[in-house]
Amino acid sequence: MLKMKNLSKVYRTHMIETHALRGLDIHVREGEFVAVTGPSGSGKTTFLNIAGLLEDFTAGEFHLDGIDVRGMNDASRSKLRNEKIGFIFQGFNLMPDLNLFDNVDVPLRYRGFDAAERKRRIDGALGRVGLSSRMKHYPSELSGGQQQRVAIARALAGSPRLLLADEPTGNLDSLMARGVMELLEEIHGQGTTIVMVSHDPELAARAQRNVHIVDGQVTDFDEEPRFEPPPRHEQPSAAPANVT
Amino acid sequence: MFRYNLWLAAISLKRNPVLTALMIAAIGLGIGMAMTSYTVLSTMSGNPLAYKNDLVRRVQLDNWGAEQPYNEPNEPPELMSYRDVTNLLEKSDVQYRAASYPNFLPIEPAQRELQPYMLNVLFATGDFFPVFEPPFRFGNGWGKAEDANATRVVVLGHETNEKVFGGANSVGKKVRLGGEDYTVVGVLHEWDPKPKPYHVSNGAFGGVEHVFVPFKIGIEKELTSSSNNSCWESPADDDDSSGYAAWLASDCVWLDFTVQVKNADQVAEYRRFLDNYVTEEKKAGRFPRKLNNRLYSISEWFEAQNVVSRDARTQVWLAFAFLLVCLINTVGLLLAKFMGKSPEIGLRRAVGASKPQVFAQFLTESAVVGVAGGMLGLGLSLLGLLALRTLYAGTSNERLANMDWSLVAVTMAVALVASLLAGLYPTWRACQVQPATQLKTQ
Repeated sequence: MLKMKNLSKVYRTHMIETHALRGLDIHVREGEFVAVTGPSGSGKTTFLNIAGLLEDFTAGEFHLDGIDVRGMNDASRSKLRNEKIGFIFQGFNLMPDLNLFDNVDVPLRYRGFDAAERKRRIDGALGRVGLSSRMKHYPSELSGGQQQRVAIARALAGSPRLLLADEPTGNLDSLMARGVMELLEEIHGQGTTIVMVSHDPELAARAQRNVHIVDGQVTDFDEEPRFEPPPRHEQPSAAPANVT
Repeated sequence: MFRYNLWLAAISLKRNPVLTALMIAAIGLGIGMAMTSYTVLSTMSGNPLAYKNDLVRRVQLDNWGAEQPYNEPNEPPELMSYRDVTNLLEKSDVQYRAASYPNFLPIEPAQRELQPYMLNVLFATGDFFPVFEPPFRFGNGWGKAEDANATRVVVLGHETNEKVFGGANSVGKKVRLGGEDYTVVGVLHEWDPKPKPYHVSNGAFGGVEHVFVPFKIGIEKELTSSSNNSCWESPADDDDSSGYAAWLASDCVWLDFTVQVKNADQVAEYRRFLDNYVTEEKKAGRFPRKLNNRLYSISEWFEAQNVVSRDARTQVWLAFAFLLVCLINTVGLLLAKFMGKSPEIGLRRAVGASKPQVFAQFLTESAVVGVAGGMLGLGLSLLGLLALRTLYAGTSNERLANMDWSLVAVTMAVALVASLLAGLYPTWRACQVQPATQLKTQ
């Protein structure tokens, strides 16, 4: 699903050069749930941004779902991002002026679905995270955990092959964090590949496989998943146990 | 996506009502000022006969005195003497020859409830109608026979026909002017050419006359022009001619004279004819100045007569400069607004929006601001024109301050283009937002 080989990323200003990634090698197979850990400034987020096609890399190889993304133009990268990747951010990144329905609708608008298809997908995605009854509410009317569930619904609505989560529980208390993790596990159980960046060892331990990055290089990783990935099947629309 | 972008624009604009109001006000004020000035200028610089500018020619002969020109540096009079007009009416071979001058006659309506009142009358040759083409509602003008015989016929303007005949077809009916009965041969629709293509002396923007009667009748009644009568020497007053006869024989100028040629080639031919005419007259002791005839098209004539003042042009430049300042202000406001939406832009880019899609979204928002600003500007333009009409009430300039539908369309188009231009840079900047940076920093 995601294969990076000898990948490097250098940020340059006229004064200094910063090597964020140095010859990073990583291979995430389809259906895996991988946690990327490492100290602050180790290059975790840079890795995730490159994996999500939000940033370009300086050198190396990167194949996403078998597609070589090197040299791709903006339009192609945007299309690939829209069709194959879902994002979950630490800060939720919901739009405060849009209700839940319209927030989840955002990626679908760029996909070119008709209104009926969009509604079907939004209903399904909000149903999966247990927020069907609140689709006319605004983000400010929800708790942090609920907002992150909306963000997850938005990421899932387009049926992505790969879910990228950047510290998804970083802004939540432990109870809400546990609920969100259970939801991610359920989504993974339904066959979605997940790559999660976290500095929390306890959360990382819940992933199938851990990759540890220090100074832009993978220093420690599990060769094989600690437990078998589940078989991929159709995503149900039923809501899991509600979490506030 | 356009409807989605419109909807997003509406939400975005509602979110910051003060900022939105400032942007709309900036564009509205600029548009209002610019379009008020432009409306006045466009009315001033119009040419009602533009469609036959190559055929209609205003005739000017320099019969002024040798000591100094009629107008500096060496401009001939814009009007003609009776003597030259009658000669040119008889001798030249062009399609139409329109001589005219304005004055007044009292009208005595048949209805008892209407008191006699004074009318603005244009004494004109029958060719006036095919040259200037006033739109007829009923009937027509008159022909050469009526001109030659000073037949008492009249063409009524729309307003007079409404007042005297209640707007009915009055062709064939009698109307009493200056103590005589005239037969109505034609009635005009509303006709309001601006500037007046046949007379600019004492204001090119006065309304057209109420009625039109044959040129020769005015001469029979010994009327001069109520507008402009200019002489470089006093009319002779001797045994041969005195009073009105002396006036007619003099070189005093007071008549408008316009011709229409059959085709553009005939203009040069007519110019030669005029030069020959003046050369012959010189032999008789007239035309002391060097040959200095003019045969302007109507637009050239308006230009030469300074129908559009330099002040009006300057005012328009200043108003558009003000619009530019307003637009620069709007650029700043839009930039602040769009940069404030960097997290949203980052998110949209992350979930699959391409740069062109983000560009379209924010340019749509600029366009919505432009349309709203245009509507405000239109309202302000109408208010500005109303203020000008109030300021110039009773003068011919009052009639300049009118906006028509084409100018409404121009106003909206200018507002839209202006706002899109103002939105280009902020929108471009919005597209440069790095999603990765915004998503982490939110």
